[in-house]
Amino acid sequence: MANERDKGPARRRFLRDVARSAGGLAGLTLLLGIPQKQSQAREGVALRPPGALSEEAFNRACIRCGQCVQDCPYDTLKLATLLSPVSTGTPYFVARQIPCEMCEDIPCVKACPSGALDSSLTDIDNSRMGLAVLLDHENCLNWQGLRCDVCHRVCPLINKAITLELHRNERTNKHAMFLPTVHSEYCTGCGKCEEACVLEEAAIKVLPLSLAQGKLGKHYRLGWIEKDKAGHSLIPEALTLPTRKPEGGQ
Amino acid sequence: MANAPKNAGHEAQVKYGWWYSHRFLVFRRISQLLILSMYLTGPLIGVWILRGNYSGSMLLDTIPLSDPLMMLQTLASGHLPQVPEQSGWAAWSEWYALIGGVIIALAYALFASRLFCGWVCPLGLVTDFAAWLRRKLGLRSSATIPATLRYGILVAIIIGSAITGTLVWEWVNPVSAFGRGLISGFGHSASSGIITGLVFGFGASIWLIVVVFLFDLLVVEHGWCGHLCPVGALYSAIGCKGVLRISAENRKDCTRCMDCIHICPEPQVLRGPLFGKQDSPLVLSKECISCGRCIDVCSEKVFQIKTRFHRSGVEE
Repeated sequence: MANERDKGPARRRFLRDVARSAGGLAGLTLLLGIPQKQSQAREGVALRPPGALSEEAFNRACIRCGQCVQDCPYDTLKLATLLSPVSTGTPYFVARQIPCEMCEDIPCVKACPSGALDSSLTDIDNSRMGLAVLLDHENCLNWQGLRCDVCHRVCPLINKAITLELHRNERTNKHAMFLPTVHSEYCTGCGKCEEACVLEEAAIKVLPLSLAQGKLGKHYRLGWIEKDKAGHSLIPEALTLPTRKPEGGQ
Repeated sequence: MANAPKNAGHEAQVKYGWWYSHRFLVFRRISQLLILSMYLTGPLIGVWILRGNYSGSMLLDTIPLSDPLMMLQTLASGHLPQVPEQSGWAAWSEWYALIGGVIIALAYALFASRLFCGWVCPLGLVTDFAAWLRRKLGLRSSATIPATLRYGILVAIIIGSAITGTLVWEWVNPVSAFGRGLISGFGHSASSGIITGLVFGFGASIWLIVVVFLFDLLVVEHGWCGHLCPVGALYSAIGCKGVLRISAENRKDCTRCMDCIHICPEPQVLRGPLFGKQDSPLVLSKECISCGRCIDVCSEKVFQIKTRFHRSGVEE
């Protein structure tokens, strides 16, 4: 039986080469196909755990051991896989899914063996995982003059990290709008506001600091601040120039 | 007369029984699974023997252990923690990973070559399965790539990390991806079921494992561990002077049945000690993964475990 079907070494070599090429191509296709799917893998903005060094330094220092993930009591942190929005194996969380609960003892930082999460962070209120930004004024209920305020009320640093600023409602001309406003000196980027936003897609989102914040050039001076610092106006007495009339009169 | 690869170990089994011809395989599987389970007791039942994964972990929450290649990448990329101002072990917490890398390197350097590859690495389960299928299906042919390629890859990773300031290898490292997938997968299985847990744990990284399996099965025999894996290459270099070695002590009894050559994942390491009458019978090659399968499958009891200082058995 076997001998009848076996047509000699050429046939065997052909079958072998076909199998090998198919295997190699399958592997190569998988490898090349993986990055093509990367763009579809975004399920929200990936944020780093509290105390994380800057993204570049974090990627250097993190040894992908997952100890921060295992020590997180709220399952907030995940380890990235090949198609996650951050480097494979590194920890991240997505605020809209499970935000950071801001544990007082910060177990994730304590668990980190490499300094990728800075061990000098001992007060969770000093962490800067990101910055909440009220991205979408057009859909935010408060911006439409309604009273939602959910992001404000769930904020662990209520009235510090998010305040409600009163503005005249120009549509009705007799009501106020209470506009949620984030203050970067207090916002830790925990993401509770984004998780709680009642819209189908959150109007307020926590972005990594590199995305959320602009940067004023070093040479800029704001006159009113300089004036406060100096205690008086920095512009010398206004010059009075003689008025010259075309006809030479004074 | 040489035996067929698929029958490797059959003679020994007939002569001495199943247990004798599979001892080291069983010990090795127990070792691999025991280490994996030491990672899993924490997430599953709350007893933390090893916290973390194969890239880095804490043994009993006191002794740090980490992957030396990971540490080399971290150092090459330019990360070095600050020297703490206070004294005491706790103040050095940002150095645990680096210290753990030194501990692991020293331990494997002393003991035996590539002990990690043979007895610890979880991906070994996948590549062993591919090699077993190859033997059983009679897939002998294989494309040729140089076995030294892994050292090239190792050097490229270190230089690449230094140039880019990132851990270049960790994006695609199937060794750590497999361990990570198993540990976080099973870790989540308690709450979400095994299948969901594993799918979640591996995510897209499962394709790395599939690629390695297909590559080993269809393209190159022992392709991953024997030719490409830079983790194994580093452990070869670290363990090249390891004390425990396999020795072809009774090579005069060898019948050239080739069972050991067929079963060995790095068969070139046996050639000199076994067939070269002028060479020492000690398998001194740094590529030997110290798995002991040659001892299992030899029906003539040629192989024994010796120290590298052992000198008897050299024929005049």
